[in-house]
Amino acid sequence: MNKDEYQKLVKSLSPKEPKLRNAGVAFLVGGSVGFIGEVIVNILMESFGLSRVDSCAWLAFILILFATFMTAIGKFDNWVAKCKCGLIIPTTGFAHSVQSAALDYKKDGLVTGIGANIFKLAGSVILYGIVSAFFLILIKVALYG
Amino acid sequence: MASLKFNNVYLNDWFTITGPLESNSRLKKLDLVMDDYYYGEKTFEKAEAKMQSVVMQRLLERNKLKYENVDIIVGGDLLDQITATNYACINMPISLLGIYSACATFPESLIVSSMFIENKDIKRALSITSSHNLTAERQFRYPIEYGSPKPHTSTFTGTASISTLMSKETGKIKIESATIGKVTEMGIKDANNLGAVMAPAAARTLYEHLTDLKRDINYYDLILTGDLGCIGSNIFKEYVLRKYNLKVKKYLDAGCELYVKSEEVYSGGSGPACLPLVLFNKILPLGKYKKILIIGTGALHSKTFVNQKNPIPAIAHAVSLEVM
Repeated sequence: MNKDEYQKLVKSLSPKEPKLRNAGVAFLVGGSVGFIGEVIVNILMESFGLSRVDSCAWLAFILILFATFMTAIGKFDNWVAKCKCGLIIPTTGFAHSVQSAALDYKKDGLVTGIGANIFKLAGSVILYGIVSAFFLILIKVALYG
Repeated sequence: MASLKFNNVYLNDWFTITGPLESNSRLKKLDLVMDDYYYGEKTFEKAEAKMQSVVMQRLLERNKLKYENVDIIVGGDLLDQITATNYACINMPISLLGIYSACATFPESLIVSSMFIENKDIKRALSITSSHNLTAERQFRYPIEYGSPKPHTSTFTGTASISTLMSKETGKIKIESATIGKVTEMGIKDANNLGAVMAPAAARTLYEHLTDLKRDINYYDLILTGDLGCIGSNIFKEYVLRKYNLKVKKYLDAGCELYVKSEEVYSGGSGPACLPLVLFNKILPLGKYKKILIIGTGALHSKTFVNQKNPIPAIAHAVSLEVM
Protein backbone atom coordinates (compact mmCIF):
# COMPACT_ATOMS: atom_id res chain seq x y z
CA MET A 1 0.00 0.00 0.00
CA ASN A 2 1.55 3.31 -1.05
CA LYS A 3 1.02 6.70 0.57
CA ASP A 4 -1.81 7.75 -1.75
CA GLU A 5 -3.72 4.54 -1.15
CA TYR A 6 -3.19 4.95 2.58
CA GLN A 7 -4.52 8.48 2.56
CA LYS A 8 -7.62 7.25 0.73
CA LEU A 9 -8.06 4.54 3.38
CA VAL A 10 -7.74 7.12 6.17
CA LYS A 11 -10.28 9.35 4.48
CA SER A 12 -12.76 6.52 4.07
CA LEU A 13 -12.49 5.53 7.75
CA SER A 14 -12.49 9.03 9.28
CA PRO A 15 -15.91 10.48 10.12
CA LYS A 16 -16.99 13.52 8.14
CA GLU A 17 -17.32 16.75 10.08
CA PRO A 18 -20.91 17.99 10.20
CA LYS A 19 -20.04 21.19 8.31
CA LEU A 20 -23.62 22.18 7.53
CA ARG A 21 -24.68 21.72 11.14
CA ASN A 22 -21.64 23.65 12.40
CA ALA A 23 -22.37 26.45 9.94
CA GLY A 24 -26.02 26.52 11.03
CA VAL A 25 -25.08 26.73 14.72
CA ALA A 26 -22.48 29.43 13.97
CA PHE A 27 -25.05 31.37 11.93
CA LEU A 28 -27.63 31.28 14.72
CA VAL A 29 -25.21 32.02 17.57
CA GLY A 30 -23.29 34.69 15.63
CA GLY A 31 -26.59 36.21 14.52
CA SER A 32 -27.83 36.24 18.11
CA VAL A 33 -24.67 38.06 19.22
CA GLY A 34 -25.35 40.63 16.50
CA PHE A 35 -29.00 40.89 17.53
CA ILE A 36 -28.10 41.39 21.21
CA GLY A 37 -25.56 44.02 20.08
CA GLU A 38 -28.24 45.87 18.12
CA VAL A 39 -30.60 45.79 21.13
CA ILE A 40 -27.83 47.20 23.37
CA VAL A 41 -27.07 49.96 20.84
CA ASN A 42 -30.74 50.93 20.73
CA ILE A 43 -31.01 50.95 24.53
CA LEU A 44 -27.91 53.15 24.75
CA MET A 45 -29.30 55.54 22.13
CA GLU A 46 -32.79 55.74 23.62
CA SER A 47 -32.02 55.70 27.33
CA PHE A 48 -28.68 57.51 27.50
CA GLY A 49 -29.13 59.84 24.55
CA LEU A 50 -25.88 58.71 22.89
CA SER A 51 -25.21 59.01 19.16
CA ARG A 52 -25.06 55.78 17.12
CA VAL A 53 -21.26 56.07 16.78
CA ASP A 54 -20.80 56.48 20.54
CA SER A 55 -23.27 53.67 21.25
CA CYS A 56 -21.31 51.30 18.98
CA ALA A 57 -18.08 52.14 20.82
CA TRP A 58 -19.81 51.40 24.14
CA LEU A 59 -21.21 48.19 22.69
CA ALA A 60 -17.73 46.94 21.68
CA PHE A 61 -16.57 47.78 25.19
CA ILE A 62 -19.47 45.85 26.79
CA LEU A 63 -19.04 42.76 24.58
CA ILE A 64 -15.26 42.65 25.11
CA LEU A 65 -15.64 43.06 28.87
CA PHE A 66 -18.27 40.32 28.96
CA ALA A 67 -16.19 37.90 26.85
CA THR A 68 -12.95 38.46 28.78
CA PHE A 69 -14.79 38.06 32.08
CA MET A 70 -16.36 34.81 30.93
CA THR A 71 -12.94 33.57 29.72
CA ALA A 72 -11.42 34.47 33.08
CA ILE A 73 -13.98 32.43 35.02
CA GLY A 74 -13.49 29.50 32.64
CA LYS A 75 -16.88 29.48 30.86
CA PHE A 76 -16.14 30.88 27.42
CA ASP A 77 -13.98 27.98 26.19
CA ASN A 78 -16.86 25.56 26.83
CA TRP A 79 -19.18 27.79 24.82
CA VAL A 80 -16.63 28.03 21.97
CA ALA A 81 -16.33 24.23 21.86
CA LYS A 82 -20.13 24.03 21.34
CA CYS A 83 -20.89 27.14 19.27
CA LYS A 84 -17.62 27.14 17.29
CA CYS A 85 -17.28 30.08 14.88
CA GLY A 86 -20.50 31.68 16.11
CA LEU A 87 -18.53 33.06 19.03
CA ILE A 88 -15.03 33.17 17.49
CA ILE A 89 -15.75 35.47 14.55
CA PRO A 90 -17.52 38.34 16.41
CA THR A 91 -15.46 40.69 18.59
CA THR A 92 -16.15 38.32 21.51
CA GLY A 93 -13.79 35.78 19.88
CA PHE A 94 -11.04 38.34 19.46
CA ALA A 95 -11.29 39.35 23.12
CA HIS A 96 -11.37 35.69 24.14
CA SER A 97 -8.24 34.82 22.12
CA VAL A 98 -6.28 37.67 23.74
CA GLN A 99 -7.53 36.85 27.23
CA SER A 100 -6.93 33.09 26.96
CA ALA A 101 -3.34 33.67 25.75
CA ALA A 102 -2.74 36.11 28.61
CA LEU A 103 -4.06 33.60 31.15
CA ASP A 104 -1.95 30.83 29.65
CA TYR A 105 1.30 32.75 29.88
CA LYS A 106 0.82 34.76 33.05
CA LYS A 107 3.13 32.45 34.99
CA ASP A 108 5.90 32.80 32.39
CA GLY A 109 6.66 36.43 33.29
CA LEU A 110 5.32 39.85 32.30
CA VAL A 111 7.60 40.30 29.27
CA THR A 112 8.64 36.76 28.28
CA GLY A 113 5.18 35.38 29.06
CA ILE A 114 2.23 37.76 28.68
CA GLY A 115 4.06 40.38 26.60
CA ALA A 116 5.49 37.94 24.09
CA ASN A 117 2.40 35.77 23.74
CA ILE A 118 -0.74 37.84 24.32
CA PHE A 119 -1.30 38.35 20.57
CA LYS A 120 -0.29 34.80 19.68
CA LEU A 121 -3.71 34.09 18.18
CA ALA A 122 -5.03 37.64 17.70
CA GLY A 123 -1.84 38.81 15.96
CA SER A 124 -2.99 37.40 12.61
CA VAL A 125 -6.32 39.23 12.92
CA ILE A 126 -4.58 42.53 13.65
CA LEU A 127 -1.95 42.15 10.91
CA TYR A 128 -4.23 40.99 8.12
CA GLY A 129 -7.01 43.34 9.28
CA ILE A 130 -4.66 46.30 8.80
CA VAL A 131 -3.29 44.98 5.50
CA SER A 132 -6.76 44.41 4.04
CA ALA A 133 -7.94 47.83 5.32
CA PHE A 134 -4.97 49.41 3.48
CA PHE A 135 -5.88 47.77 0.17
CA LEU A 136 -9.59 48.52 0.58
CA ILE A 137 -8.75 52.20 1.09
CA LEU A 138 -6.58 52.10 -2.06
CA ILE A 139 -9.52 50.69 -4.02
CA LYS A 140 -11.87 53.27 -2.53
CA VAL A 141 -9.51 56.13 -3.45
CA ALA A 142 -9.02 54.71 -6.97
CA LEU A 143 -12.79 54.43 -7.54
CA TYR A 144 -14.18 57.49 -5.81
CA GLY A 145 -11.13 59.78 -5.46
CA MET B 1 17.40 -7.70 14.04
CA ALA B 2 15.26 -5.33 16.03
CA SER B 3 13.64 -7.97 18.22
CA LEU B 4 15.06 -9.15 21.53
CA LYS B 5 14.21 -12.01 23.88
CA PHE B 6 14.53 -11.75 27.63
CA ASN B 7 14.83 -14.67 30.04
CA ASN B 8 15.04 -13.09 33.44
CA VAL B 9 13.24 -9.79 33.53
CA TYR B 10 10.12 -9.20 35.58
CA LEU B 11 7.76 -6.35 36.33
CA ASN B 12 7.49 -6.55 40.10
CA ASP B 13 5.15 -3.69 40.92
CA TRP B 14 3.69 -0.45 39.61
CA PHE B 15 2.09 2.70 40.94
CA THR B 16 -0.32 5.00 39.15
CA ILE B 17 -1.72 8.46 39.70
CA THR B 18 -4.51 9.86 37.54
CA GLY B 19 -6.25 13.14 36.96
CA PRO B 20 -9.89 13.84 37.87
CA LEU B 21 -11.37 12.88 34.48
CA GLU B 22 -9.55 9.53 34.29
CA SER B 23 -10.78 8.50 37.74
CA ASN B 24 -14.37 8.77 36.50
CA SER B 25 -13.74 6.56 33.54
CA ARG B 26 -13.49 2.83 33.09
CA LEU B 27 -10.44 2.16 35.26
CA LYS B 28 -10.11 0.04 38.41
CA LYS B 29 -7.73 -0.15 41.38
CA LEU B 30 -6.28 3.33 40.99
CA ASP B 31 -3.50 3.99 43.50
CA LEU B 32 -3.88 7.77 43.70
CA VAL B 33 -6.29 10.30 42.19
CA MET B 34 -5.61 14.04 41.88
CA ASP B 35 -8.50 16.35 42.74
CA ASP B 36 -7.33 19.09 40.40
CA TYR B 37 -4.84 19.69 37.62
CA TYR B 38 -2.48 21.80 39.75
CA TYR B 39 -1.82 19.07 42.35
CA GLY B 40 -0.75 21.66 44.90
CA GLU B 41 1.73 23.38 42.58
CA LYS B 42 1.69 26.79 40.95
CA THR B 43 1.93 25.64 37.35
CA PHE B 44 0.72 22.60 35.40
CA GLU B 45 4.28 21.78 34.35
CA LYS B 46 5.40 21.58 37.98
CA ALA B 47 2.30 19.50 38.74
CA GLU B 48 3.37 16.95 36.11
CA ALA B 49 6.88 16.76 37.60
CA LYS B 50 5.35 16.29 41.06
CA MET B 51 3.09 13.50 39.77
CA GLN B 52 6.15 11.62 38.52
CA SER B 53 8.10 12.19 41.70
CA VAL B 54 5.17 11.04 43.90
CA VAL B 55 4.56 7.79 41.98
CA MET B 56 8.25 6.87 42.15
CA GLN B 57 8.50 7.65 45.88
CA ARG B 58 5.31 5.78 46.70
CA LEU B 59 6.35 2.77 44.64
CA LEU B 60 9.64 2.56 46.55
CA GLU B 61 7.83 2.97 49.89
CA ARG B 62 5.34 0.23 49.08
CA ASN B 63 8.15 -2.17 48.18
CA LYS B 64 10.22 -1.13 51.23
CA LEU B 65 13.12 -0.05 49.03
CA LYS B 66 15.60 2.73 49.59
CA TYR B 67 17.18 4.87 46.89
CA GLU B 68 20.37 2.82 46.98
CA ASN B 69 18.41 -0.36 46.19
CA VAL B 70 17.50 0.98 42.76
CA ASP B 71 20.25 1.39 40.18
CA ILE B 72 18.60 3.39 37.45
CA ILE B 73 15.51 5.34 36.42
CA VAL B 74 14.54 5.17 32.75
CA GLY B 75 11.77 7.40 31.54
CA GLY B 76 10.45 10.46 29.81
CA ASP B 77 7.38 12.52 28.99
CA LEU B 78 5.92 14.80 26.35
CA LEU B 79 7.30 18.14 27.45
CA ASP B 80 10.16 19.92 25.68
CA GLN B 81 13.50 18.39 26.74
CA ILE B 82 11.51 15.85 28.84
CA THR B 83 11.51 18.43 31.62
CA ALA B 84 8.84 16.78 33.78
CA THR B 85 11.09 13.73 34.26
CA ASN B 86 14.20 15.85 34.76
CA TYR B 87 12.53 17.98 37.41
CA ALA B 88 10.90 14.96 39.07
CA CYS B 89 14.35 13.46 39.63
CA ILE B 90 15.91 16.52 41.29
CA ASN B 91 15.55 14.96 44.72
CA MET B 92 16.01 11.36 43.61
CA PRO B 93 19.63 10.26 44.09
CA ILE B 94 19.34 7.53 41.43
CA SER B 95 21.01 7.53 37.99
CA LEU B 96 18.64 8.81 35.32
CA LEU B 97 18.44 7.87 31.67
CA GLY B 98 15.96 10.19 29.96
CA ILE B 99 14.30 8.84 26.81
CA TYR B 100 11.80 10.15 24.28
CA SER B 101 9.49 8.37 21.89
CA ALA B 102 6.43 10.57 22.47
CA CYS B 103 3.57 8.25 23.42
CA ALA B 104 5.73 5.13 22.89
CA THR B 105 7.95 6.18 25.81
CA PHE B 106 6.55 3.55 28.18
CA PRO B 107 7.47 0.45 26.11
CA GLU B 108 10.80 2.08 25.27
CA SER B 109 11.56 2.48 28.99
CA LEU B 110 10.67 -1.19 29.53
CA ILE B 111 12.97 -2.26 26.68
CA VAL B 112 15.95 -0.19 27.85
CA SER B 113 15.56 -1.31 31.49
CA SER B 114 15.09 -4.94 30.45
CA MET B 115 18.33 -4.90 28.46
CA PHE B 116 20.28 -3.64 31.48
CA ILE B 117 18.71 -6.23 33.77
CA GLU B 118 19.10 -9.11 31.30
CA ASN B 119 22.78 -8.31 30.87
CA LYS B 120 23.19 -8.18 34.66
CA ASP B 121 24.46 -4.61 34.44
CA ILE B 122 21.96 -3.60 37.06
CA LYS B 123 19.69 -5.31 39.58
CA ARG B 124 16.67 -3.04 39.78
CA ALA B 125 15.25 -0.35 37.54
CA LEU B 126 12.41 2.12 37.79
CA SER B 127 10.58 3.22 34.69
CA ILE B 128 8.63 6.44 34.70
CA THR B 129 6.33 8.23 32.31
CA SER B 130 3.54 10.77 32.47
CA SER B 131 1.26 13.02 30.50
CA HIS B 132 -0.81 15.99 31.59
CA ASN B 133 -3.68 17.17 29.44
CA LEU B 134 -3.07 20.86 30.05
CA THR B 135 0.72 20.90 29.62
CA ALA B 136 0.29 18.98 26.35
CA GLU B 137 -2.44 21.37 25.16
CA ARG B 138 -0.17 24.31 25.90
CA GLN B 139 2.80 22.78 24.14
CA PHE B 140 1.23 21.26 21.05
CA ARG B 141 -2.03 23.15 20.56
CA TYR B 142 -3.77 26.38 21.60
CA PRO B 143 -3.91 28.18 24.94
CA ILE B 144 -5.89 26.12 27.45
CA GLU B 145 -8.77 28.55 27.93
CA TYR B 146 -9.19 29.08 24.18
CA GLY B 147 -11.15 25.83 23.78
CA SER B 148 -10.41 25.63 20.07
CA PRO B 149 -12.93 23.53 18.12
CA LYS B 150 -11.45 20.16 17.12
CA PRO B 151 -12.37 17.54 14.54
CA HIS B 152 -13.70 14.12 15.58
CA THR B 153 -10.39 12.45 14.69
CA SER B 154 -8.47 14.31 17.42
CA THR B 155 -7.65 12.66 20.73
CA PHE B 156 -7.60 13.90 24.32
CA THR B 157 -4.29 13.70 26.20
CA GLY B 158 -4.81 11.76 29.42
CA THR B 159 -3.52 13.03 32.76
CA ALA B 160 -1.62 10.36 34.65
CA SER B 161 1.79 9.18 35.72
CA ILE B 162 2.94 5.59 36.05
CA SER B 163 6.07 4.13 37.53
CA THR B 164 7.05 0.48 37.31
CA LEU B 165 9.64 -1.52 39.20
CA MET B 166 11.65 -4.10 37.29
CA SER B 167 14.22 -6.67 38.36
CA LYS B 168 15.31 -10.24 37.73
CA GLU B 169 13.41 -11.45 40.79
CA THR B 170 10.33 -13.37 39.74
CA GLY B 171 7.34 -11.01 39.87
CA LYS B 172 3.80 -10.50 38.69
CA ILE B 173 4.65 -10.11 35.01
CA LYS B 174 7.46 -11.45 32.87
CA ILE B 175 8.88 -9.26 30.15
CA GLU B 176 9.37 -11.93 27.54
CA SER B 177 10.48 -10.18 24.38
CA ALA B 178 10.41 -6.86 22.59
CA THR B 179 10.65 -5.26 19.18
CA ILE B 180 12.18 -1.85 18.64
CA GLY B 181 10.22 0.06 16.02
CA LYS B 182 11.30 1.96 12.93
CA VAL B 183 10.29 5.50 12.02
CA THR B 184 7.34 5.28 9.64
CA GLU B 185 5.78 8.11 7.68
CA MET B 186 2.78 7.70 5.37
CA GLY B 187 2.24 11.28 4.26
CA ILE B 188 -0.33 12.38 6.86
CA LYS B 189 0.18 16.04 7.81
CA ASP B 190 -2.84 16.50 10.06
CA ALA B 191 -1.82 16.88 13.72
CA ASN B 192 -5.50 16.42 14.61
CA ASN B 193 -5.48 12.89 13.23
CA LEU B 194 -2.57 11.27 15.04
CA GLY B 195 -4.31 7.89 15.05
CA ALA B 196 -3.89 7.80 11.26
CA VAL B 197 -0.28 9.00 11.61
CA MET B 198 0.65 6.21 14.03
CA ALA B 199 -1.39 3.26 12.74
CA PRO B 200 1.15 2.25 10.02
CA ALA B 201 4.01 2.37 12.55
CA ALA B 202 2.06 0.07 14.90
CA ALA B 203 1.26 -2.29 12.02
CA ARG B 204 4.90 -2.43 10.89
CA THR B 205 6.17 -3.17 14.40
CA LEU B 206 3.52 -5.87 14.88
CA TYR B 207 4.47 -7.51 11.58
CA GLU B 208 8.21 -7.36 12.32
CA HIS B 209 7.68 -8.70 15.84
CA LEU B 210 5.74 -11.71 14.56
CA THR B 211 8.20 -12.32 11.72
CA ASP B 212 11.36 -11.96 13.82
CA LEU B 213 10.09 -14.26 16.54
CA LYS B 214 8.35 -16.61 14.08
CA ARG B 215 5.02 -16.32 15.82
CA ASP B 216 1.45 -16.51 14.68
CA ILE B 217 -0.83 -13.61 15.55
CA ASN B 218 -2.97 -15.98 17.65
CA TYR B 219 0.01 -16.63 19.94
CA TYR B 220 -1.16 -13.58 21.91
CA ASP B 221 -4.29 -13.46 24.03
CA LEU B 222 -4.42 -9.72 23.51
CA ILE B 223 -2.73 -7.11 21.35
CA LEU B 224 -2.97 -3.71 23.01
CA THR B 225 -1.95 -0.62 21.04
CA GLY B 226 -1.14 2.64 22.80
CA ASP B 227 -3.22 5.59 21.75
CA LEU B 228 -4.53 5.24 18.22
CA GLY B 229 -8.01 6.19 19.43
CA CYS B 230 -11.23 4.58 18.24
CA ILE B 231 -10.88 5.90 14.68
CA GLY B 232 -7.15 5.16 14.50
CA SER B 233 -7.65 1.60 15.71
CA ASN B 234 -10.10 0.91 12.87
CA ILE B 235 -7.53 2.27 10.41
CA PHE B 236 -4.90 0.04 12.06
CA LYS B 237 -6.99 -3.12 11.65
CA GLU B 238 -7.77 -2.37 8.02
CA TYR B 239 -4.15 -1.43 7.21
CA VAL B 240 -2.73 -4.58 8.85
CA LEU B 241 -5.14 -6.69 6.84
CA ARG B 242 -4.46 -5.01 3.51
CA LYS B 243 -0.71 -4.55 3.79
CA TYR B 244 0.42 -7.58 5.82
CA ASN B 245 -2.55 -9.88 5.34
CA LEU B 246 -2.96 -10.29 9.10
CA LYS B 247 -6.37 -10.48 10.68
CA VAL B 248 -6.25 -8.85 14.13
CA LYS B 249 -9.05 -10.29 16.26
CA LYS B 250 -7.97 -10.23 19.89
CA TYR B 251 -7.23 -6.55 19.86
CA LEU B 252 -7.89 -3.43 21.93
CA ASP B 253 -6.60 0.12 21.79
CA ALA B 254 -5.78 1.77 25.13
CA GLY B 255 -6.85 5.20 23.87
CA CYS B 256 -10.25 3.88 22.88
CA GLU B 257 -10.61 2.05 26.22
CA LEU B 258 -9.58 4.88 28.55
CA TYR B 259 -12.66 7.10 28.60
CA VAL B 260 -16.38 6.74 28.49
CA LYS B 261 -17.18 8.00 25.00
CA SER B 262 -18.14 11.66 24.93
CA GLU B 263 -17.85 14.84 22.87
CA GLU B 264 -15.05 16.06 25.12
CA VAL B 265 -12.59 13.23 24.43
CA TYR B 266 -13.32 12.91 20.67
CA SER B 267 -11.69 9.75 19.27
CA GLY B 268 -10.31 8.67 22.69
CA GLY B 269 -7.40 9.17 25.04
CA SER B 270 -3.75 9.68 24.17
CA GLY B 271 -0.40 10.45 25.78
CA PRO B 272 2.49 8.32 27.05
CA ALA B 273 0.53 7.49 30.23
CA CYS B 274 -2.47 6.14 28.32
CA LEU B 275 -1.08 2.68 27.50
CA PRO B 276 0.32 1.77 30.96
CA LEU B 277 -2.76 3.21 32.66
CA VAL B 278 -5.16 1.02 30.69
CA LEU B 279 -2.81 -1.97 30.96
CA PHE B 280 -2.39 -1.80 34.73
CA ASN B 281 -5.78 -0.43 35.74
CA LYS B 282 -8.10 -2.06 33.27
CA ILE B 283 -6.65 -5.03 31.39
CA LEU B 284 -4.64 -6.74 34.14
CA PRO B 285 -7.33 -6.51 36.88
CA LEU B 286 -9.61 -8.50 34.54
CA GLY B 287 -7.25 -11.47 34.89
CA LYS B 288 -8.41 -12.71 31.49
CA TYR B 289 -5.26 -12.41 29.45
CA LYS B 290 -1.99 -14.28 29.93
CA LYS B 291 0.09 -13.32 26.91
CA ILE B 292 -0.20 -9.66 26.06
CA LEU B 293 1.62 -7.74 23.34
CA ILE B 294 1.68 -4.02 24.05
CA ILE B 295 2.52 -1.71 21.17
CA GLY B 296 3.19 1.87 22.24
CA THR B 297 2.67 4.36 19.43
CA GLY B 298 4.28 7.79 19.25
CA ALA B 299 3.89 10.65 16.78
CA LEU B 300 7.32 12.25 16.45
CA HIS B 301 6.30 15.76 15.46
CA SER B 302 6.82 19.24 16.79
CA LYS B 303 4.73 22.36 16.23
CA THR B 304 7.48 23.81 14.03
CA PHE B 305 7.64 20.84 11.66
CA VAL B 306 3.84 20.71 11.42
CA ASN B 307 3.59 24.46 10.70
CA GLN B 308 6.19 23.98 7.96
CA LYS B 309 3.73 21.53 6.35
CA ASN B 310 5.87 18.41 6.81
CA PRO B 311 4.26 14.96 7.01
CA ILE B 312 4.33 13.54 10.54
CA PRO B 313 6.56 10.51 11.23
CA ALA B 314 5.63 7.96 13.88
CA ILE B 315 7.26 5.15 15.81
CA ALA B 316 5.95 2.09 17.64
CA HIS B 317 7.74 -0.19 20.10
CA ALA B 318 6.32 -3.56 21.11
CA VAL B 319 6.83 -5.49 24.35
CA SER B 320 5.54 -8.99 24.95
CA LEU B 321 4.31 -9.57 28.51
CA GLU B 322 3.42 -12.82 30.25
CA VAL B 323 1.24 -12.67 33.33
CA MET B 324 2.67 -15.08 35.92
